[in-house]
Amino acid sequence: MNGFFDIPSDLQHSWIGLVGLHLREALLPVLAGLVLALPLAQLCVRFRWLYPPVLWVTTVLYAIPSLAFFVVLIDYTGQSELTVMIPLGVYSLVVLVPAIVDGVRSVPQETLAAAEAMGFGPVRRYVQVQLPIAVPAIIAGLRIAVVSSISLVSVGALIGNQGALGNLLTDALFYHRTELAVNSVLTTAVLAILIDGLLVGLRILLTPWMPSGARPKPKADRPDPAAVALEDVSR
Amino acid sequence: MNVLNFINAFFSDSAHWKGYDGIPTRLWEHIWYSLLALAIAAGIGLPIGLVTGHTGRGGNALAMIATAARALPSFGLLVLMFIGLGLGLLPVMIPLVILAVPPILVTTYEAVRSVDPSPVDAARGMGMHESRVLLQVELPVALPLILSGLRSAAIQIVSTATIAAYVSLGGLGRYIVDGLYQRNYEKVVGGATLVAVMALATLGLFWIANRVAVSPGVRRSN
Repeated sequence: MNGFFDIPSDLQHSWIGLVGLHLREALLPVLAGLVLALPLAQLCVRFRWLYPPVLWVTTVLYAIPSLAFFVVLIDYTGQSELTVMIPLGVYSLVVLVPAIVDGVRSVPQETLAAAEAMGFGPVRRYVQVQLPIAVPAIIAGLRIAVVSSISLVSVGALIGNQGALGNLLTDALFYHRTELAVNSVLTTAVLAILIDGLLVGLRILLTPWMPSGARPKPKADRPDPAAVALEDVSR
Repeated sequence: MNVLNFINAFFSDSAHWKGYDGIPTRLWEHIWYSLLALAIAAGIGLPIGLVTGHTGRGGNALAMIATAARALPSFGLLVLMFIGLGLGLLPVMIPLVILAVPPILVTTYEAVRSVDPSPVDAARGMGMHESRVLLQVELPVALPLILSGLRSAAIQIVSTATIAAYVSLGGLGRYIVDGLYQRNYEKVVGGATLVAVMALATLGLFWIANRVAVSPGVRRSN
């Protein structure tokens, strides 16, 4: 009767339904963050003076705890999915902007000069040369954004049952069913690891010129700026 | 404007400033949980990160452990620990420490790894013992990055400690959780504001620490 996958009816979803809901609430904000981060990062690369203030604003935004963020948004968006998704989108944006900026900046000057000499205009050079070379850094940023997003959706359970798999935690306490909490934690962790693995696969597909093993070794004389900056903002 | 009105109402009500549920008590609880969790996490992460970074071994294992730890949802872990261990400080400390160790560990490792090898070789050539090379050459140069790792860990702890209120502990999250149950929106927003201010104060403290602890020569070269 009280099995691992018997989800209480008040959640109005099956286990699979909750997984789908969780993925939607976690991944749509990351996608929105990416769409906003690409032009913003490009602006920061183009106008160097813009980067430090952008970095400051994003660091401050990142310091706002998710629960506090959710709560303040309730006043505008109600206890809805959007209230959970807006902060997650902001966090993703914050992780992705430095990742893309460092990635695009790490493109060697000779490569850019070669592209120019071959007659590439600025747009083609950006799309066909700079972005592909920045792919490893962008994916590294996406991995952090996705994993933290999947983990943070659960907190939405605190603001009117908007936490997808996190709602299982509230129900576990309410009905005294420990297995629901175990289910929630395990499913969320497995989802995060699976999506993380998919992103690694995507990077290998997109960068066939790189060794498919571990991440690229940073140069001996200089720390890998992307790795360091990303660790800095990983929530 | 609505939110600002709530904030104003919350902070101007003198009842919120005293007693068991007063702002000073809750603030102190929050600071105490956060400091304890950060101290434990630093006690685990810093030595391991420094030694693995110095020897350069175990980097891949560290990265794997960090990814796995990051995949665990802290809120879920908190509820699970609460169910398993009951009320107390331990069920709150475990998720907070698991949350904070990976950023400290990985940044410390990366920071020590990325130190310019020539001063390290020079120190060895001067006959410095390995432990002195690590503590007197590599550590000062790596310090800005190590501090940034500690900073992101601290910020994560401060914001996640909010959730501890959900499993009957104190701290600033108390206002948010209680306020949501009581439909007292003023309390909810007041609590959220306090947490955000505390997170920003943490940011500021680390900025100051960076100014004070990092040697001027290292700061200039960055």
